[in-house]
Amino acid sequence: MNAHLLLSLPIIWPLLGVALCCMLWSRPRAQRITSLVVSAGLLLSSLALLAATWDGTVLATQFGGWAAPFGISFVGDMLSAAMVVITGLMAVAVGIYGLAGDAEAREAAFYHPLYQGLLLGVTGAFLTGDIFNLYVWFEVMLISSFGLLALGGTREQLDAGVKYVTLNLVATTLFLICVAFLYGLTGSLNMADLARILPTIDNQGLVTTIAVLFLVAFGSKAAVFPLFFWLPASYHTASAPIVAIFAALLTKVGVYAILRSFTLIFDLSLGFTAPVIGIVAALTMVTGVLGAAAHFDVRKILSFHIISQIGYMLLGIAVATPLAIGGAILYVIHHIIVKANLFLLAGVINRAGGSFELKEVGGLYKTLPWLGVLFLVPALSLAGLPPLSGFWSKFVVVKASLDAGHALLAATALAVGVLTLYSMLKIWNEAFWKAAPAASTAATERWLADTGTRRAMLTPIIILAAITMTIGVVAEPFIAFSLRAGEQLLDKSAYVEAVLGPGPQRSAEWQP
Amino acid sequence: MEPVFALAFGVLVAASTYLIMSRNVLRIVLGLLVLGNAANLSIFLAGRMGTRTPPLVPEGATTLVGGANPLPQALILTAIVISFALIAFTVILFESAHRRFGTLDTEALRDAEPKPGPKPAPAAAAAPVAGDVPAAETVR
Amino acid sequence: MNSLILLTSSRIVLPVAMLFSVYVLLRGHNEPGGGFVGGLIAAAGIAVHSLPRGRSALLRLLKVSPKTLIGAGLALALLSGLPGLLLAEPYLKHQWAFPGGLPLSTTLIFDIGVYLSVVGAVLTFLAYYLEE
Repeated sequence: MNAHLLLSLPIIWPLLGVALCCMLWSRPRAQRITSLVVSAGLLLSSLALLAATWDGTVLATQFGGWAAPFGISFVGDMLSAAMVVITGLMAVAVGIYGLAGDAEAREAAFYHPLYQGLLLGVTGAFLTGDIFNLYVWFEVMLISSFGLLALGGTREQLDAGVKYVTLNLVATTLFLICVAFLYGLTGSLNMADLARILPTIDNQGLVTTIAVLFLVAFGSKAAVFPLFFWLPASYHTASAPIVAIFAALLTKVGVYAILRSFTLIFDLSLGFTAPVIGIVAALTMVTGVLGAAAHFDVRKILSFHIISQIGYMLLGIAVATPLAIGGAILYVIHHIIVKANLFLLAGVINRAGGSFELKEVGGLYKTLPWLGVLFLVPALSLAGLPPLSGFWSKFVVVKASLDAGHALLAATALAVGVLTLYSMLKIWNEAFWKAAPAASTAATERWLADTGTRRAMLTPIIILAAITMTIGVVAEPFIAFSLRAGEQLLDKSAYVEAVLGPGPQRSAEWQP
Repeated sequence: MEPVFALAFGVLVAASTYLIMSRNVLRIVLGLLVLGNAANLSIFLAGRMGTRTPPLVPEGATTLVGGANPLPQALILTAIVISFALIAFTVILFESAHRRFGTLDTEALRDAEPKPGPKPAPAAAAAPVAGDVPAAETVR
Repeated sequence: MNSLILLTSSRIVLPVAMLFSVYVLLRGHNEPGGGFVGGLIAAAGIAVHSLPRGRSALLRLLKVSPKTLIGAGLALALLSGLPGLLLAEPYLKHQWAFPGGLPLSTTLIFDIGVYLSVVGAVLTFLAYYLEE
């Protein structure tokens, strides 16, 4: 397969999904099949992309055939390919999960087109090589997530929607303003071209200013320390599969954008960018985990843990050695799988235990021991216990920060890990261990009676838990891949050459 | 001309910040609208102010000589369409929130994050009003 | 909205708007116009027609749901990019043919897709708010 096909297919599949699901709007069953088929297509074509970029090749294509700095580039390197594979995996896993439970009510409310629209925005953002195009994919993702969050239209959701929409709109508009500033400074929007032009700019102070503005814009997408308030205000109101796909992908697109822009376009060693990211990372870890400790609703606990885990990824970016960047990449991959799985499990706890509120659930280990084991896999992985994926990703990040002399950051990361364990054990104790309240027992009986729902909900959970175990036990290839991806990020020459071609390049600068 | 437009950009951002920080959702949506326009103005400025001639290749020629920078126009057009769609969605969302809660005050919107404490302020506020709950209430 | 003037004039407005929207759609490649504007004009014409008549009249006029139109438009836009891929060129690289001097291209298919999506999107919104 050629580069054009490999890079276009991950966009074409979800777009096809949106188109077909819109056309089949009155036939939920046909929508389900379409949605699952295109998700599987996305997974397969992204695996092909990963295979083609595995050896470090950077693929590039120009949509519409317009030459490099002028047209829209799509670029696939190891990081992009890995992210798209994870997106495809999530699309399938959450897609299967979404068949269970209240699927009919969701489907009547345009769930499938919006779900595919979300995937389209996410894959587009991972593959694009043009900063304005990145803004457009952000908006595609955003409008779909608005629709998914408000799906159902309960009072809670409307309230959450108001906050989510307002804060996210401000963030993306700020992103657009940053793009304008960058364009005003360089005359180009192509990321590879920007990587080439920015070091030649005389006014490096202005470059740093724009870099920090980008950090604010992407940071509020990624829910970092002072900008995370939209996340715990909204995530817990959406239904389980929707919040799982949000938790897996949305904030990670923000992290990806920080990772990409601060390795390719901006320089982390510039001014005090790296120390600022380091402080933000520490505060993000601590506030997130403390917020989680204060709550007793499973979804709220998990929402706060998204924030604290984002801190670890930022920590890797702040330390900025090849090992640390590789660690951040491994962390993103591990986190997406584990966090989505935990939210899927939260949905199961709600079904089998009758509530998301920990005080009203209990005794699940007695009736459903296997569910308890399934919960412990992602929960302990999140806390970073060996031999699970979380251990290795934490290990790499912490080791990188110790190597670079950031002992305080490393200590914070370890302490937050302990507090994470506390939160996970709190869920375990309350939902699985303590005696069951009467309402909870009744819900468990209903759960046991409904085989179809059980199968649809547990299959993706088992698959994701198996992947978590695999990364934990056979860690070497995953770590090696992440480290190579990190090295590839820090050496921009391959990326620039793939997009603009070798030798002296044309500049996009416009001459009147 | 550029300083004037830069100043206008600053004023727009300031005005939108003021509006967004208001407690009234109507003002917030107006603030978002103004912020979107400020962003469009900044793109326009970033493309440099030059001639007013449209960037069209004349009949018979093959290259463009002179003319305004076409790229910011394309970017702004895209941004306008996107912000139009998002603001339309926002207005509808805020309107349905207003219809459901009967208030425009963001401080009163506390259903997703109720104040901690033994009793949620007035008990009636937390419970759905009869006839107010659509079938979709059961989605979760 | 039970206005006799609107009811009568919309009978003329609808065909004129449709004709004009197609004209704008077709001239769009080299001159101002295109699928987006054309779609908006068509949607405006249909909106004027259905405002005094209500939602059921809108759906009768369209024959299909506006949501289907969005999907069909997206599918057409997506398909228009595929010939480029089949020829091992980038996605959305448009192909041209000039049978007997008539310029035909996949961009036209793309524009028709945009046209349909815009009509569908506007009318989906409208259908929610139309009185019955």
